Amino acid sequence: MAVNFIPTGSELFRVLPEMLLTLTGTVVMVMEPLTPPAQKRRLAVVALTGLLVALWAAVVAFSDPGPAFQNMLMVDGFTTFFRVLVIAAGILTFLASFSYLKRERAEGGEYYALILFSLVGQCLMAASRELIMIFIGLEISSIASYVLAGYLREDRRANESALKYFLLGSFASAFFLYGIAWLYGLTGATNLDEIRQVLGNRDLAPAPALTAAAAAFIFAGVAFKVSAAPFQVWTPDVYQGAPAPVSAFLSAGPKAAAFAVFLRVFGTALDPVSGRWLPLVWLVALATMVIGNFAALTQSNIKRLLAYSSIAHAGYVLVALAAHSEIGTAAAMFYLFAYSFMNVGAFAIVAHLAGRGEKMVEIEDLAGLSSRQPVTAALFAVFLLSLIGVPLTGGFFGKFYLFKAALDSNLVWLTVLGLLNSAVAAYYYLRVLVVMYFHEPAPGATDEIPASGMRTAWWICGAATLLLGIYPGPVLDFAAASAKLLK
Amino acid sequence: MNLLDVVLAAPALAFLAALFLPKENERLIRIFTLAASLVVFALSLGLLAPLRTSLPGYWFVTDLPWILTPAIRYHVGIDGVSLWLVLLTTFLTPLAVIISWNHISHRVKEFHAFLLLLEFGLVGVFVALDLFLFYVFWEVSLVPMYFLIGVWGHERRIYAAVKFFLFTMAGSVLMLAAIIYLYTRAGSFDSVEILTLMQSGNLRLGEVEQFWLFLAFFVAFAVKVPLFPLHTWLPDAHVEAPTAGSVMLASVMLKMGTYGILRFCLPFFPNAARDNAGWIVFLSIVGIIYGALVAMVQPNIKKLIAYSSVSHLGFVVLGLFSFNQQSFDGAVYQMLNHGISTGALFILVGYLYERRHSLEIADYGGVATPAPWLSAAFMITMLASIGLPTLNNFVGEYLVLQGAAIERFSWAVWAAIGVILSACYMLWMYKRTFFGETPESVREHVFDLTPRELAGILPLVVMMVWMGMASQCFLPSIGKTNAEILRRLDAEKEIRVQAAPADWKALAEVRRGR
Repeated sequence: MAVNFIPTGSELFRVLPEMLLTLTGTVVMVMEPLTPPAQKRRLAVVALTGLLVALWAAVVAFSDPGPAFQNMLMVDGFTTFFRVLVIAAGILTFLASFSYLKRERAEGGEYYALILFSLVGQCLMAASRELIMIFIGLEISSIASYVLAGYLREDRRANESALKYFLLGSFASAFFLYGIAWLYGLTGATNLDEIRQVLGNRDLAPAPALTAAAAAFIFAGVAFKVSAAPFQVWTPDVYQGAPAPVSAFLSAGPKAAAFAVFLRVFGTALDPVSGRWLPLVWLVALATMVIGNFAALTQSNIKRLLAYSSIAHAGYVLVALAAHSEIGTAAAMFYLFAYSFMNVGAFAIVAHLAGRGEKMVEIEDLAGLSSRQPVTAALFAVFLLSLIGVPLTGGFFGKFYLFKAALDSNLVWLTVLGLLNSAVAAYYYLRVLVVMYFHEPAPGATDEIPASGMRTAWWICGAATLLLGIYPGPVLDFAAASAKLLK
Repeated sequence: MNLLDVVLAAPALAFLAALFLPKENERLIRIFTLAASLVVFALSLGLLAPLRTSLPGYWFVTDLPWILTPAIRYHVGIDGVSLWLVLLTTFLTPLAVIISWNHISHRVKEFHAFLLLLEFGLVGVFVALDLFLFYVFWEVSLVPMYFLIGVWGHERRIYAAVKFFLFTMAGSVLMLAAIIYLYTRAGSFDSVEILTLMQSGNLRLGEVEQFWLFLAFFVAFAVKVPLFPLHTWLPDAHVEAPTAGSVMLASVMLKMGTYGILRFCLPFFPNAARDNAGWIVFLSIVGIIYGALVAMVQPNIKKLIAYSSVSHLGFVVLGLFSFNQQSFDGAVYQMLNHGISTGALFILVGYLYERRHSLEIADYGGVATPAPWLSAAFMITMLASIGLPTLNNFVGEYLVLQGAAIERFSWAVWAAIGVILSACYMLWMYKRTFFGETPESVREHVFDLTPRELAGILPLVVMMVWMGMASQCFLPSIGKTNAEILRRLDAEKEIRVQAAPADWKALAEVRRGR
């Protein structure tokens, strides 16, 4: 069979976002040594422009949906949704990073290029319909994130964070790869649709125990990336040690992309054996929520608190996955969308308040923020209320949809336990609100005025959080339509 | 866009406008909030118009799609019960502004903004007919109250605020689960549609289903009421909240719970309500007596009033679960009465606190000498709260007791003990605070009502007399709405009687041919 490996024009058009991101990243890398230190800002502008164009490309690529490169990639609503999501997270991270890097005297082209490369990987993860392609995307994304976590070389915590992330992450990737190998050995295919056909065909299907083992390996790999229990232990250390804008990025981009992989692989290829992995997801969802929420109760460092909260939120998304339905998929997508904005917003505010060398990251350091910086405090309050899941914020609708999906699938116990968990969670978010609003400012607390880029990021996140809470219809409809196509 | 939408939207718009007022100009902020809340009140008086024709069903209905899938609608409307609760909210908000005029001196802008947001949430709770919308407003009203207690409260305000938030949140997430479950069964969040489905027999909930759903709703409401033994957040919240917060909390927020029981719990799950009435009534009677006994030994005036609220709200729950016209009418009337008289008590205690900066009864005594008008107002309010005939609470308490007696006489007897006890603790507190020798500290600090303070309390005193003397202005519309709810409860009872096999043993014996 002669296969034409030369891509057609429309195929290239479908991978335009990835190409643009790669191109911009490379250009930034080339420009980096040629730019005098005083003008590093120029690199940021180039990178941001590239990102905005890539966002546009991700949107227009949807005008011509279809497969690309011998069915390895697929551009559909699902892909577009996650591409837009991760690129938006990248843009917000950029906006939050400018003043942060300047303050830390660490402006450099590598930072921007690494985020761009990481985004390439995440876009590929969202678009792939083929296990090898997914793995390549995963690795591109992960390796860039490892470096980003340790970007502040002088900082001991950042080094620890990067090393931990790298070692554990490599293990997880190895598990994932091992799972792929098993699956290939069992089915003779790496394409998700082909695997599904083999597994769904009673005559061809391999022994269920072997398939289950392969699924377990893949699950372990993905669970690490989304920081689901019992693979969540790295999260607090990495989020705490990494520069705050990077933590913001890690909690949104790679996580969303990993969930996209989960939805694709388990929703298509491993769908025929869903009876075997669904109970596992149920259990992991519950464990993740419980561990995240209860561990967060005792945190005094705001970055660690947000890290545990992000574990808990991964648990909520897993509830939607445990529902294993179109509504569940749509709910998970919507939740990730809303979650990215509120969490990036929260981390961006932390990035601003942390001060040089991130000295001010204890909850107590926020004392009296509402009188020192009322607008910052109000926006932070919006993000925290959204994380609690108070109505008129995106977080509320996100939670509502995913618990609704769970109830539709008759997961009554998981829903009740999950909702009670979210009541527990209210406590630690309230603690932050209490300190911000009810405590008097510490004497001698100085405040720098947030830079315009930082403020833009906050306002975008805040507006998106409220908009998703008041008028969630369009995003939800798009997610529902894309979820339908996934099968 | 009808009048009700305007009444609902106006506080929200005023809230947004208040955010843009200059922070330094506190006078402007106070005047703006007062004007806005007075305008809302004036507008809400227009809602009384349908009483003249009093058509059945809901008035001022607006039904618009908000979100398509799942079908969530902006469906609002009022009937003979919610109308009065909306009016209570809009009536008390301007008073809350007036009484905070001197009392609140820091972060004035935020305070008034939160007050307007609270009004928005509370009005929303009482007008929402879509369950989802109801839940949204339910939670929205939580946030401003949390801040009102936490920022402007007394010493232990943070503990109280967090406790208040967590209690309500824990209760309401279960309600959310029940709402979603109901949606999966009925395919709608619309309470009117769900009721129609149930009445037409298209939606039948099994016994077990009904029990759990009822319980999930009921616990959320019982926390808010608060029903014994879920009441522990209330004394903390009341004592620590600033006066305006206490007033809004006691007068309106507690009614969210009893209103929710009447509007959703009883009509949706009539059988479960009947089956569980026994222990609920038991708890409410325990609450009546326990609240009164604990109130009696309180050294702190605000705490005393807080426990008296537990006692009074027990009457409302007792009325709601006695299932007859008198008890329902009494319960709803008592909701309004408690709003007026307890609100007034908190305002008066707030006045005392502004003078003497203490809430301990022991720090007072002989207040009647330096402040006769204040004492007179307190006297009337206290007598209303006890349930003296010609004042408002008497009507409600009487109706509840009569209704309870119709259902089961012993319930009325036990509840009546609470009435006696309420006279004891109130009169004793009054005696220790207002009569006797006037200590130096009181003579020095306590002065009589200022005109502004009088403006804050007089409307409430007028309402107490009005509602006590002319209950016919209010009761017919309440009764009509209650009759509809009761009809539904009775209809369901008959269906169940017909459907259930009379006696399994007898049937089996018949089959065996005996």
